[in-house]
Amino acid sequence: MPEAVFVRPDSLTDVQTHYCPGCTHGIIHRLVAEVIDELGIRDRTVGIAPVGCSVLAYNYFDCDFHEAAHGRAPAVATGIKRARPDLAVFAYQGDGDLASIGMAEIVHCANRGEKVTVVFVNNAIYGMTGGQMAPTTMPGQSATTCQMGRDVELAGYPIRVAELISTLRTPAFVARASSHSPLAAVNAKEMLRRAFKYQVEGRCFSMVEILSTCPTNWGLTPAESTKWLEKTMLPYYPLGVFKTPDGDDRAPLPRKP
Amino acid sequence: MQNDVIMAGFGGQGILLIGKMLAYAGMHEGKEVSWLPSYGPEMRGGTCNCTVVISDKPVGSPVIQSPGAILAMNLPSLEKFEADVRPGGFLLINTSLIKQKSERDDITVIDVPANKIAQDLGNPRGANMVALGAYVGATGAVSLEQVEAVVRETFAAKPSVIDVNLEVLHKGYDLGREHAAPTAEEAAS
Amino acid sequence: MAKKLMKGSEAIGEAAVQAGCHLFFGYPITPQNEIPEYLSSRLPQVGGTFVQAESEVASINMLYGAAGAGERVMTSSSSPGISLMAEGISYCAGAKLPVVIVNIMRAGPGLGGILPAQADYFQATKGLAHGDFRVLVLAPWSIQEAADLVQDAFDLADYYRNPVMVVGDGLIGQMMEPVEFYEDRKPIKELPPKTWASTGWKRDRPKAIINSLFLDPAELEQHNFDLKKKYDLMERDEVRFATYGSVDSADVVIIAYGTVARVCLSAIEALEEDGIKVAMVRPITLWPYPYEAVREVAAKAKDILVVELSTGQMIEDVRLALQRPRPIHFHCRLGGMLVSPEEVIAKVKAIKAGESEAMHYA
Repeated sequence: MPEAVFVRPDSLTDVQTHYCPGCTHGIIHRLVAEVIDELGIRDRTVGIAPVGCSVLAYNYFDCDFHEAAHGRAPAVATGIKRARPDLAVFAYQGDGDLASIGMAEIVHCANRGEKVTVVFVNNAIYGMTGGQMAPTTMPGQSATTCQMGRDVELAGYPIRVAELISTLRTPAFVARASSHSPLAAVNAKEMLRRAFKYQVEGRCFSMVEILSTCPTNWGLTPAESTKWLEKTMLPYYPLGVFKTPDGDDRAPLPRKP
Repeated sequence: MQNDVIMAGFGGQGILLIGKMLAYAGMHEGKEVSWLPSYGPEMRGGTCNCTVVISDKPVGSPVIQSPGAILAMNLPSLEKFEADVRPGGFLLINTSLIKQKSERDDITVIDVPANKIAQDLGNPRGANMVALGAYVGATGAVSLEQVEAVVRETFAAKPSVIDVNLEVLHKGYDLGREHAAPTAEEAAS
Repeated sequence: MAKKLMKGSEAIGEAAVQAGCHLFFGYPITPQNEIPEYLSSRLPQVGGTFVQAESEVASINMLYGAAGAGERVMTSSSSPGISLMAEGISYCAGAKLPVVIVNIMRAGPGLGGILPAQADYFQATKGLAHGDFRVLVLAPWSIQEAADLVQDAFDLADYYRNPVMVVGDGLIGQMMEPVEFYEDRKPIKELPPKTWASTGWKRDRPKAIINSLFLDPAELEQHNFDLKKKYDLMERDEVRFATYGSVDSADVVIIAYGTVARVCLSAIEALEEDGIKVAMVRPITLWPYPYEAVREVAAKAKDILVVELSTGQMIEDVRLALQRPRPIHFHCRLGGMLVSPEEVIAKVKAIKAGESEAMHYA
């Protein structure tokens, strides 16, 4: 009897995804599913799909799911978790969804310390709508709404979401990982594992930003895309853990006399 | 039979409270009641008023343009509402704070030195209760006993203030009675 | 429970709790702040949860999450806030989620004012948001009725798996009246368990997907037909109204809803004393609208008067009810000004005397 060394995680459905060749959404789905499996929480996990390329995530994860309005996944997550605190709730969001139209929801969800996990996939572009400029599009990077490249004089600099959220005192765990190489993916899974674990332990809001590629809208081959991510995005979006539940920045404030 | 009144004064004079107490008394008598406060920026400006309706039938309009009585606890209230009293109705004026006289001759004007009475009885914060008593005495909208019961209910957490409030309530009531339309029995005797 | 003098806002909040709603999400806006204020202290007493959201946009999406997880949930707001919720209400309708939304209407458009109005009639009944959907709209005229209708709203929302809106004006929010809650209140509908809710999937039922996205046009068409069937049932079974006065032979029939109808009732009583026969039809459901009741009473009345705190939004439904061109008299106050019984009396007398200019519709 041959030993299975690589199988589909229980938390993923047995279907083909609609993602483009070279897109790393599929990898990130798999990492999330593996973490859910390993924590043994599939039967009490509810996910939230965004509006964006991963809008159909509810077809790929084999657990209960909500499909949220554009940008509102953290609010939906709040509603689910407050209604049923025994559930493990995660929102899966892209950069247009989270960092543009949904900026208010993510900041306040994090700041209220909702006991949910947000998986934030940053590929520096609007994928589903056809390659428009995102709040995370790199300076000089061309997109269909900035065809000469992002002009920081007009559009400002890309938003570093992990850093921004980590300025808040309340959130428990904020990290940035990447998906552009096997090693990066192993690290991303570890970040996701910690994020879900902290939620299951009731230790408040956790978020992992994961850098991702979009060969289709970047106009590059998959191999070129991973190189571009490494060369262009990594220096601007450093990987690492920005906030942990036991960090000094969450120590109790001295009481006023 | 319907009694309606607009009570008006400064914020902090306890106007909304005596309006509620009146509504409660009406409710305890088995009547239909409504209590409607002014709200919005007015609340911040220092003046406030409420409209109380007590009726044998379900209350129609809770907004009353020409009420049967006005209780004016300060000058702006008198100026704002004096003209609105229904002919034959009552205008109670807190003469402790209002020196102006009413020019209406088609209504019963009752001078109630509410603050002075409350002060003289050693309960300076009870001016609103004097006014409530005077209104009830003059109109008979609800019975004095029901109002007394509501006073006991309202101040149940602070029993020490019940008697002093009943005292000023009675003083106001007696003053109001002097102006009340005679009851059928009184008219007969 | 004994009668208690309650502010409308508090009665609405308590009614939600009595109906088993343990979740409230909302954002402050005048004149309904007493609803979230009341529930912020009341809900923890029953093990419930109150969240002050960052916006009305977030509130309604929190409802989407909580209702999708199978719990009774409510939000309240006032006109501009409801506009912000529009998108989310459409998603709730599309995903067939039972949510209860209270709109204590204020005058508009834009920031408008904070005083009572009925200017959101179109919004509530015709064009709440994008897409082909309807919400049940209940319009109480007293605090007791507000308390009753809020409890009914939860049953109706669950039964139809559809948003239900309760619309009142600033008077309903701010006024105090005696209210009674009945301990032995039974749901007004037979309610099946929410097997569709996202409660964590043990593979013992179909996977719960709370969703309004249908990329296959044939599937979306069918979804819309299914929704339409539901709306047809509501139109058949949920129409509510009340009639008053000389419904069989009125000189004038008044059509009015909410607190305006109370003002009109005061006027009717005074007019009857003067020998003028007036009837009134008061829609309690604004959608579905009581077309038949309006048509029947209007058929026996000489003249028709619509009274509203808007520039005549409900007239469109009255015209649909009449089914033939008839002159309609109209009286309104706007911007937070209120209709008085005296105005209604004067208007009815003017109609009788032939001195009121009616609107003629071809």
